[in-house]
Amino acid sequence: MSEPAVQPGAAGAPAFSKSEMMIVAAARELAGQRVCFVGVGLPNIAVNLARLTVAPALELVYESGAFGAKPARLPLSIGDPTIVTGATAAVSMFELFSFYLQGGLVDVGFLGAAQIDRFGNINSTVIGDYEHPKTRLPGSGGACEIAINARQVFVIMRQSKRSFVDRIDFRTSPGNLGGAEAAARIRREEGWLGRGPSVVVTDLGIYHFDDSGEMRLDSIHPGATLEQVRETIGWEPKVAEPLAVTPVPTAEELRLIREELDPEGVYTK
Amino acid sequence: MKSQVSADEEPRHSRGKVASMRDAVAALVHDGDVVAIEGFTHLICFAAGHEIIRQRKRDLTLARLTPDLIYDQMVAAGTARKLVFSWLGNPGVGGLHAIRRRVEDADPAPLELEEYSHFGMVGRYTAGASNLPFFPLRSYFETDLPKANPLIRPIKSPYGDETVYAVPPLKPDVTVVHAQRADAEGNTQMWGLLGCQKEAAFAAERVIVVVEELVDEAVVRADPNRTVIPGLIVDAVVVEPWGAHPSYVQGAYDRDNHFYRDWDAISREAATTQAWLDEWVYGVSGRAEYMEKLGAERMASLQPWGMAPSGSVDYGVYK
Repeated sequence: MSEPAVQPGAAGAPAFSKSEMMIVAAARELAGQRVCFVGVGLPNIAVNLARLTVAPALELVYESGAFGAKPARLPLSIGDPTIVTGATAAVSMFELFSFYLQGGLVDVGFLGAAQIDRFGNINSTVIGDYEHPKTRLPGSGGACEIAINARQVFVIMRQSKRSFVDRIDFRTSPGNLGGAEAAARIRREEGWLGRGPSVVVTDLGIYHFDDSGEMRLDSIHPGATLEQVRETIGWEPKVAEPLAVTPVPTAEELRLIREELDPEGVYTK
Repeated sequence: MKSQVSADEEPRHSRGKVASMRDAVAALVHDGDVVAIEGFTHLICFAAGHEIIRQRKRDLTLARLTPDLIYDQMVAAGTARKLVFSWLGNPGVGGLHAIRRRVEDADPAPLELEEYSHFGMVGRYTAGASNLPFFPLRSYFETDLPKANPLIRPIKSPYGDETVYAVPPLKPDVTVVHAQRADAEGNTQMWGLLGCQKEAAFAAERVIVVVEELVDEAVVRADPNRTVIPGLIVDAVVVEPWGAHPSYVQGAYDRDNHFYRDWDAISREAATTQAWLDEWVYGVSGRAEYMEKLGAERMASLQPWGMAPSGSVDYGVYK
């Protein structure tokens, strides 16, 4: 099950796995951000890596009620006791969702997803019909209100034909709806604080959203090919010209992931 | 307004509302009740859930933001007909397989779901606790959640053109809250992640508080800012050390992440799930025997790595 470190590093640089590249790329996107709402799973390790590298002033907000968390180990769940000890504040979930999130204090909501479409709408509820699901997924948690109230949304998820789909089975968290123009109007009219998804980081590359509100591959990870990208996406993806290549992970980024953040390989296997 | 559990032997003035888990559950949890065992990852009272299973309560509606392993176990044991929730998973691990069998395959019977988001559930308890007809929030816009649950409804502001969404109050028949400490009257103090235990307790008709430690009233009065739930709304106080395992209690013991991972394998088949319930729930008389079975080595492995005491504050004396 464990993924071999197959990617050749640049001259003299260490080899790294696809998961490590994805986590590093996501962490770097957080440079300059101040307050980040952290979801369970991959966002958790990416955000903690950002705090130790490109965004030392980043305040981590966990929906469980920790603000300004300084976890001394990688939290397995978003309710781990390590996010409380040494945090700026431990607040009730009412305060967290009402004052911090709905009050507009969260710059970035960092989400994972089971399905995403080209406009960044997210499904984390069911595969198949809601009443008779083929697979019952966890559901919203806080994702629905994060997508609406965080100033912008980052997504991190592995690419596959099952997850990058032309039509999601259930809209749990709104993205750019059917396109940027209508989405911007609805967000304004309905008083949403957020401007929606701004970046999607996968194991193959980094996508931003163009003026039409659609995902565009702006950077491809070293070792990945455009053929792989097209094989793992349910629509013909837009590709930037020229297409950048994501800089390889540095030795220090890899050391932090392997030795400090995830020594058991929970997220990187 | 609140019924009280009779104390067994000692006169009530000294024992207050202190009761055994068995007596508290027998007196305060009834078939068909809406039950909320709250606590967000932290302070989840597995001991109460297991006692409800042992007493074979039936047709419960189980409310919790995150059903977690405790409701997977209670659903597997046949106590529930319905779940009210916002995130249905094994945190950090994967799915809840006993619940998924009921939902995806109606195996052995269908399970009714009433689904919200976290903020929606928090708002429901808040409305219930505040005696309000609904809670308004800026969520659910342009999603399929209001279609999946018609109780999530748009509402126009009386002060302008804005539309927000409303969720109905949630008033459990009984809420179970786990905490670090309480006095015998149920004045309850907790620290760490507070989830929505306070809201769920104030919203409930009956409240069972389960604590790691029973303390003197003077301990509570020395630090009133830390009191989350007043004895006024508490019906029974159960002293049950390690009652939250495999969940955790800040400062007392860590989350047993190995068990959360083990449950994924245990719960994948109905037969192995039932065998686990037979051994660890039906096969023990209560939490003390469960912990004895778990063993000193496992308990030692869950001790915090070190201490991190808070600074103390001075409230001052004014007379």
